[in-house]
Amino acid sequence: MAETKIKQEVEEIEEETYEKSERKLVIPGETIVSGDDYLPGDFTRKEGDNIIANRYGLSDVRGRVVKIIPVSGVFEPRRGNTVIGRVEDITFSGWIVDIGGPYGAFLPLAECPRFINRNNIDEFAGIGDVLNAKIWSVKKGSVDLTLKSRGLGKLEGGMIIKINSNKVPRVIGKEGSMINLIKDKTGTEITVGQNGFIWVRGELEGEKKAEETIKLIEREASSDGLTEKIENFLGVKK
Amino acid sequence: MDEIRPMRAEVGIIPNADGSALFASGKTVAIAAVYGPKQLHPANKRKPDRGIIRCEYNMLPFSVSDRARPGPSRRSKEISLVTESALSAVTDLSRFPGSVIDVQIMILQADAGTRCAGVNAAAMALAHAGIVMREMVSSIAIGKIDDKIVVDITKEEEDWTEGEGSTDIPFSITSNNEVTHLQLDGYIQTKRFKEAIDAAKNACSKILEIQSRALKGEIVDENKGGKKK
Repeated sequence: MAETKIKQEVEEIEEETYEKSERKLVIPGETIVSGDDYLPGDFTRKEGDNIIANRYGLSDVRGRVVKIIPVSGVFEPRRGNTVIGRVEDITFSGWIVDIGGPYGAFLPLAECPRFINRNNIDEFAGIGDVLNAKIWSVKKGSVDLTLKSRGLGKLEGGMIIKINSNKVPRVIGKEGSMINLIKDKTGTEITVGQNGFIWVRGELEGEKKAEETIKLIEREASSDGLTEKIENFLGVKK
Repeated sequence: MDEIRPMRAEVGIIPNADGSALFASGKTVAIAAVYGPKQLHPANKRKPDRGIIRCEYNMLPFSVSDRARPGPSRRSKEISLVTESALSAVTDLSRFPGSVIDVQIMILQADAGTRCAGVNAAAMALAHAGIVMREMVSSIAIGKIDDKIVVDITKEEEDWTEGEGSTDIPFSITSNNEVTHLQLDGYIQTKRFKEAIDAAKNACSKILEIQSRALKGEIVDENKGGKKK
């Protein structure tokens, strides 16, 4: 379920890339387009007739709406995101989880799918354990998580690779093609969080290869023929 | 007299940081790294309605011929503070209440105008880190040497003592021509000050162009001419 959700988003982004002609890098304060038939979308504003960028990123004009696609920056938690995090602390009523980004996240005891003895919270997940969770709400200055969904829970063993959250769609690839390729070729289990935390488990060699591949994708995210490069890197025979 | 020293600019020089940049003007070289927005500790410094910017300016010991003692000094605290206000005027801090954006500026080599080079580098690093900003900020030191208005003064010019002596006026100006930081060290007549403002606006638009080129993936070096990354 978690992965279908990400896949959907990937598809949306892939679909967008077909219109490459209108994209360019813009800096804050730069006028992207002018004329009164444009409307400001994400990270843009309208001043007079001009649509002006509010952040650094790729400008994208679709029809009348102008928006900016971020290429850098920390993870911005949104409701419904599937994330991977590491338990930072345990309180009397739940876990504090590091998911990157501007805030720590809280996983209440009640959002855990099985019964847990209040006096023995770390029986389920102790400090340093890795969880795959879903963001259930984002309030001013706090993020709440839940484990009550299919595919969520504790991830045993393995390791975490951190990448920029804006590059996550590239790692997954169209309909999960890229991630499946890496899983196949390295013989590892991989779970990708939308916060840019990637959990990998397998044989040592496989884990190492997977990490190198993911780091390569992060570096080359915006280059053409990425799939081909990765196939070459992993030694896929045609 | 209205010439800026050859500039050098590049982004992404510190891969660990969320955003980073180098800005050099002549012999003055500044690097800046941005981390965040991230959770602010201690929690009592958090603002419930907005995030904060925390700037730290420092000169490296070898940046000047007399070893600069590392660590905060009266001067570096002052510069950290003015840089903070120069930058927070354009950034949208209300997006992440209770968070902090750490901006660290290091002067690798100093030949006057270090706070301006620092602001230029920090503005680029902030943009590079994907922080939501209304405008870019560019900064320049205007000087009055004897009775002449000089753009981007060097240490030698700053130490001028003949005639009317020297005046140092650092400006930070947004891409929208708003002034976010202004200091004045010395004496200047009102009429001459207006000249200085015009000179600063002119110079800042040139710096903005360099910053923009660097952010768009170029390694700008006016000594060599730009090359693609």
